[in-house]
Amino acid sequence: MNRRNFIRKTALASGALMIPAFLKPFEAIAAGDITAYKNLVIIQLSGGNDGLNTIVPYGNDIYYQKRSTIAIGKSDVITLNNMQGLNPALSALKEIYEQGWMSIINGVGYPNPDRSHFRSMDIWQTASASNEFLTTGWIGRYLDSACTTCKNPYTAIEVDDTLSLAMKGAGIKGIAVEDPAKLYQTTREPFFKDLVSHHHDNLTEDNLGYLYKTMTETYSSAGYIQETSKTYEVSADYPATALGNQLRTVSKFINSGLQTRVYYVSLSGFDTHVGQQGQQGRQLKIYGDAVAAFIKDLKKTGQLDNTLVMTFSEFGRRVEQNASNGTDHGTANNILLFGGGLKKAGIYNDAPDLAQLDNGDLRYTTDFRDVYATLLDKWLDVTSQGILGKGFKPLSFI
Amino acid sequence: MDNLRQIKHLYARAGFGLRFADLSATSGLSAAQALEKLFSDSEASELIDSVPEDAGYSMLARNDKAARKQFMQMQRREERDLNETWMAHMSTTDAVLREKMTLFWHNHFACRSRQSQFAQQLNNIQRQHALGNFGELLMQVSKSPAMLQFLNNQQNRKGHPNENFAREVMELFTLGRGNYTEHDVKESARAFTGWGFNKDGEFAMRPFLHDSGEKTFLGHTGNFNGEDIIRHLLQQKQTAIFICNKLYKYLVNETPEPAHINAMADVFYKNNYEIKPLLRFVFTAPWFYDEKNTGNLIKSPVEFLVGLNRQFYITYQRPEVLLQFQKVLGQVLFYPPNVAGWPGGRNWIDSSSLMYRLKIPSLVLNGGLIDFSGKADPEEEAYIAANRNRQPVVDARVQSHAGWERVFKSVPAGENKLQSASFLLEPAMSKTLADELSNTTDLKTMMIQAVSTPEYQLC
Repeated sequence: MNRRNFIRKTALASGALMIPAFLKPFEAIAAGDITAYKNLVIIQLSGGNDGLNTIVPYGNDIYYQKRSTIAIGKSDVITLNNMQGLNPALSALKEIYEQGWMSIINGVGYPNPDRSHFRSMDIWQTASASNEFLTTGWIGRYLDSACTTCKNPYTAIEVDDTLSLAMKGAGIKGIAVEDPAKLYQTTREPFFKDLVSHHHDNLTEDNLGYLYKTMTETYSSAGYIQETSKTYEVSADYPATALGNQLRTVSKFINSGLQTRVYYVSLSGFDTHVGQQGQQGRQLKIYGDAVAAFIKDLKKTGQLDNTLVMTFSEFGRRVEQNASNGTDHGTANNILLFGGGLKKAGIYNDAPDLAQLDNGDLRYTTDFRDVYATLLDKWLDVTSQGILGKGFKPLSFI
Repeated sequence: MDNLRQIKHLYARAGFGLRFADLSATSGLSAAQALEKLFSDSEASELIDSVPEDAGYSMLARNDKAARKQFMQMQRREERDLNETWMAHMSTTDAVLREKMTLFWHNHFACRSRQSQFAQQLNNIQRQHALGNFGELLMQVSKSPAMLQFLNNQQNRKGHPNENFAREVMELFTLGRGNYTEHDVKESARAFTGWGFNKDGEFAMRPFLHDSGEKTFLGHTGNFNGEDIIRHLLQQKQTAIFICNKLYKYLVNETPEPAHINAMADVFYKNNYEIKPLLRFVFTAPWFYDEKNTGNLIKSPVEFLVGLNRQFYITYQRPEVLLQFQKVLGQVLFYPPNVAGWPGGRNWIDSSSLMYRLKIPSLVLNGGLIDFSGKADPEEEAYIAANRNRQPVVDARVQSHAGWERVFKSVPAGENKLQSASFLLEPAMSKTLADELSNTTDLKTMMIQAVSTPEYQLC
């Protein structure tokens, strides 16, 4: 037996799933194998996206009073109903909305909101209360929940070079893969290969065992992801942006039949204290164009019904603009959902109340953990209570 | 455990690892004597001084766009300088115990400040009192502009209390959750009203904002002010227990051993929160040298990088490379994830951070090449050849320099190569790893391999 075969038969055998991929790498995966897989794609908008200029309450005069220079003009808004419409930078999403593949939840937040970027992002990623510090993420705890489909790091993939807290469980963590070929290359360092192949039967419960276990899992996950996805070529056009590339990679993973349930990507640049219209408009266009391309791509490949996309940001912004044609950190915000299987497409609940504010900020009407509970219970098929620490009320968008 | 292993373990925990050069300096010493050497090496407190006192607020006063932009750029540069200066200091100082404890307090009193001179000031408070008195440290940290700002005490006023500061002082700095009531939070928040700082970055008690009325706190009633609250907190034995529990996890084992922690707390409390007697107790306790307490702690990214820098005398032409390493490994100094600090332990390790950890040593030591003398198949030969070709490119990007000559000169004569390589690791070298390393006969390659392993992540 030469050394490479030895490695295949030992270290790699730990992922039994990998063997078929190795034995028949060029064989297309039967459609039946992958249709059962429901995917959740999370898009994080970092910096605190201004929800009021994203889904514009153009039917509310208060909006125009409070934002004399940065409001989106009525004639520019892409109307969705007689109260709310899309920022024109999101024009690519109009068609998606009309097809019934988009849903908007207004007024999502949590009690005692924190206006610090990193703290509020922490709260969203760990699904904690605002006075609670958790060291695991909500997707990480989903991995920990030992559901039948979440034994491997690649159950949750972040298309990035580092892993967010959201993806870290106590026992199992997701995997960050910006470029599957590059990750594969790094793990195939001959010296690392030798370490992995010689230590596979030597896994103990202590920290050294944990390190070797993580290394071995990374090795086999990188192999699995690369071998499974390398032959699938995305044929759809994506905008040439970082987010466009990330969603193209997600499409490649979904369509090649990767046994992954959660994908995580992010886009930053939403902290618009100054000159908001230009800055936010550019970021929203990047976002809308990339998401529209992704949704249309999945529709064509038949994966849209199995995919749900959720977009969130760590907070919305204050209702009244500031003196620099921007907005400062606020509270409640909208969540945008996309997919072929939405039960309630369109605008899910009432537009935010701009008259009843809390110290100039929107009052939340839906707890973000209600949204998470919905995704966990109804889409990822686990029980949300253990993962979120207590029972939240699932919504009816799926 | 033989004497050398004890000293090596001591240096791994009380510092950032024993170097070959330290071998001669500690030869003939017992572990207890080596500890006294660590204390005396840390006697002086050399403060960090990379950020000027006046941070250019005059620029802001001009209130035009160009000045603000210039100010922001300057702020970012200062942040970077501060980070680089501390990393360089940890990587070169002889006062390793002081820096190791400064790093502990940096995480215990976790704080982010946009004003680098505030961050530097807090860091120096933690350094100055790192081995001093915890009560004094707590008082000074609590009165530092960085912390007062971070925990919103500037907004804590009579009639409009902001409880954030008071809550965190109890939850994170002294008692820990479950050892105080919401009523205690409310009452102590009133006592801290008026605590703030002036524009020169000095603590300022603003009497007109202070609520001087009667408060009841932890069962005591009086017209307490902030100092009184801190004194009451120090009277609670629970504060000693809480700190010792955290310190035990940092220095000894992630799994707390109540008997050891209680013994530590007794020493700490009896010595009026003096830190040195506590450390002396830990580092001379027989259990500190138990096998189960050696080579089992996961190094934080900073400990990992500093240890590597120290062992190989690495210098960086572009120090921002170290900042990039901190980012990808998940620990940027002065940027804790939240007020609770970095959770540590296995939280440091995920697929990507581990791969970076395995790859970084060869990047800074050898242009990304891990030479391999095992039985390589053609594919692997090609892999290594490609990496060898890329070495100049990697070197140009990382621009680090390792003091190999110094390393080789300090390796004890007569030691075999495998022994020298295993000296770099805290866990005992397994036979499999020894076999793996024995594939090569080149000491440099062997050392690079040794520090590119999961074993090297432990101390």
